[in-house]
Amino acid sequence: MFQLINTLLIGITSGAIYALMALSIVLVWRSTRVINFAQAGQALTSTFIGFQTLKYVDSFWIALVVAMIGGALISALIEITLMRVLLKHSTSGAIAGVAPIIATLGLLEVIQASITLIWGGADSLITPPLSNTGFTIGTNTLVFSPMKLAIIAIVAVLLILLTLIVQKTSIGLSLRAAAFSPELARLAGVRVDAVRTLGWALSGATGAVAGLLLVANGNGSFSTASIEFSLLLISGFIAAVIGGLESLLGAVIGGLALGIITAFVLMYISDSLFFIAPFVILLLVLFIRPQGFLGKKGGRRA
Amino acid sequence: MSTNKNLLEAKDVNVAFGGLRALSKVDIAVGHHEVVGLIGPNGAGKTTMFNTICGIVKPDSGTFAFDGNPSPWPATDQLSSIGIARTLQGVGLFPELTVTENVMLGAHKFARTGLLSASFGVNSRDERQLRDRAHFALERVYAASLADVRAGSLSYPDSKRVAIARALVSHPKLLLLDEPAGGLGAQDIEWLNRLISDLSGEMSILIVEHHMDVVMSVCDRIYVLNFGEVISSGTPDHVRNDPAVITAYLGADAK
Repeated sequence: MFQLINTLLIGITSGAIYALMALSIVLVWRSTRVINFAQAGQALTSTFIGFQTLKYVDSFWIALVVAMIGGALISALIEITLMRVLLKHSTSGAIAGVAPIIATLGLLEVIQASITLIWGGADSLITPPLSNTGFTIGTNTLVFSPMKLAIIAIVAVLLILLTLIVQKTSIGLSLRAAAFSPELARLAGVRVDAVRTLGWALSGATGAVAGLLLVANGNGSFSTASIEFSLLLISGFIAAVIGGLESLLGAVIGGLALGIITAFVLMYISDSLFFIAPFVILLLVLFIRPQGFLGKKGGRRA
Repeated sequence: MSTNKNLLEAKDVNVAFGGLRALSKVDIAVGHHEVVGLIGPNGAGKTTMFNTICGIVKPDSGTFAFDGNPSPWPATDQLSSIGIARTLQGVGLFPELTVTENVMLGAHKFARTGLLSASFGVNSRDERQLRDRAHFALERVYAASLADVRAGSLSYPDSKRVAIARALVSHPKLLLLDEPAGGLGAQDIEWLNRLISDLSGEMSILIVEHHMDVVMSVCDRIYVLNFGEVISSGTPDHVRNDPAVITAYLGADAK
């Protein structure tokens, strides 16, 4: 029983971080219909921005906010300088659907090389702001710690905030309209370009949180070569697909499901499945329910 | 007509798709509070002309002037702010959004908040105001009771009403109606005729329509396009009796 609860809580925490990355991916997908592979690099850059900030201020939370702003700006800049141009130039033909996605792969390499240039390739350290020593129940010590609790709380707050923005504000209305049909939205007077930039900015800020929390959830060390960031992107992508790629709530549910299932597989079957489990889950989802669990059949109609 | 009398003046418009001439030397003017029809056989260039005005098709040449101001052809997302609104052939609503949300989209030029503050929900008064405007526009087309229905589940005639409401909510000076009567029954067409006459008191209307009864009864003036050229223009009576128009519609043999 104790082990069961422990495993569940570990799964929920790592799932919450996957969920953040999934939210970030869904926001970009909804605003431009692009899967952005560079998001792993953007999250890493934002994490380094947080790391740099910590050299001047002593608060992880301030560093988190600075990283979010930095992440948002970088993401907005990529949309304005790269995506907007690519989407304008590749309007038809076989290349049109693929070019922006391939471009993000190239961008990922550029970003990683730039990070190495600026911060070097050695391990950097961000001290987690809260204790990573688990709570105790009676004589048992859980793996679940104050830091993990904070991570879950932050993800919950971000989900609520993003959902409010998308579902309840007029700018969110524009986002949804532009996602469905940019042409129609323009005719109705929606400034589609600006709305897309905003979607990317929100995504960049969310990705920054994912990066910093990923580091804080571990032992605090990270580097350009951190495999965790590539895994974060893949897990986020899988979570987003499970959730149907369109839905913010779906992304979070997908992230949590992925985190929990993976945690149980590692605990009760074998550690060595760490790299395989997420992909098996992805394949199963694509076989059983290719539209995701909160996606709608038929996908996009316009 | 002198320039300052017309709301819209598109002059010498040429559009070619590859080698195909879609519009050649088309002049179209719409006066204040005038209802102008744009008719012609299939493929005559009516929708291309609409698309040109709406910034969807870039003309090879031609000049544009609105409300006495010559300017470059407007970008699509600028139309509502300069005072042009358009409905599409068919429906053109966002099926996932509610009727109110669909109409609110058309009212965005009235939102005062910038992108950033709006995204953090700073100005909820703005939000309510857009909602109210949407409500009024829906009342105008007798569709207020549909406010919370998802647009995708509307009947065809109802969705056409909502589409008109979305165009009206921006208080356009010029309303472009693309086949508004298409697919409607006699009762709805009668209602549409009344609405257009009503609206002409407040705005100018340019209308593409196949339904001759509608065109002849609501239009002050009509342009007839054939193979991308204006072959006739004038009052409904003039156009109806123009031999060039009869030939275009019925073929050369009808002469």
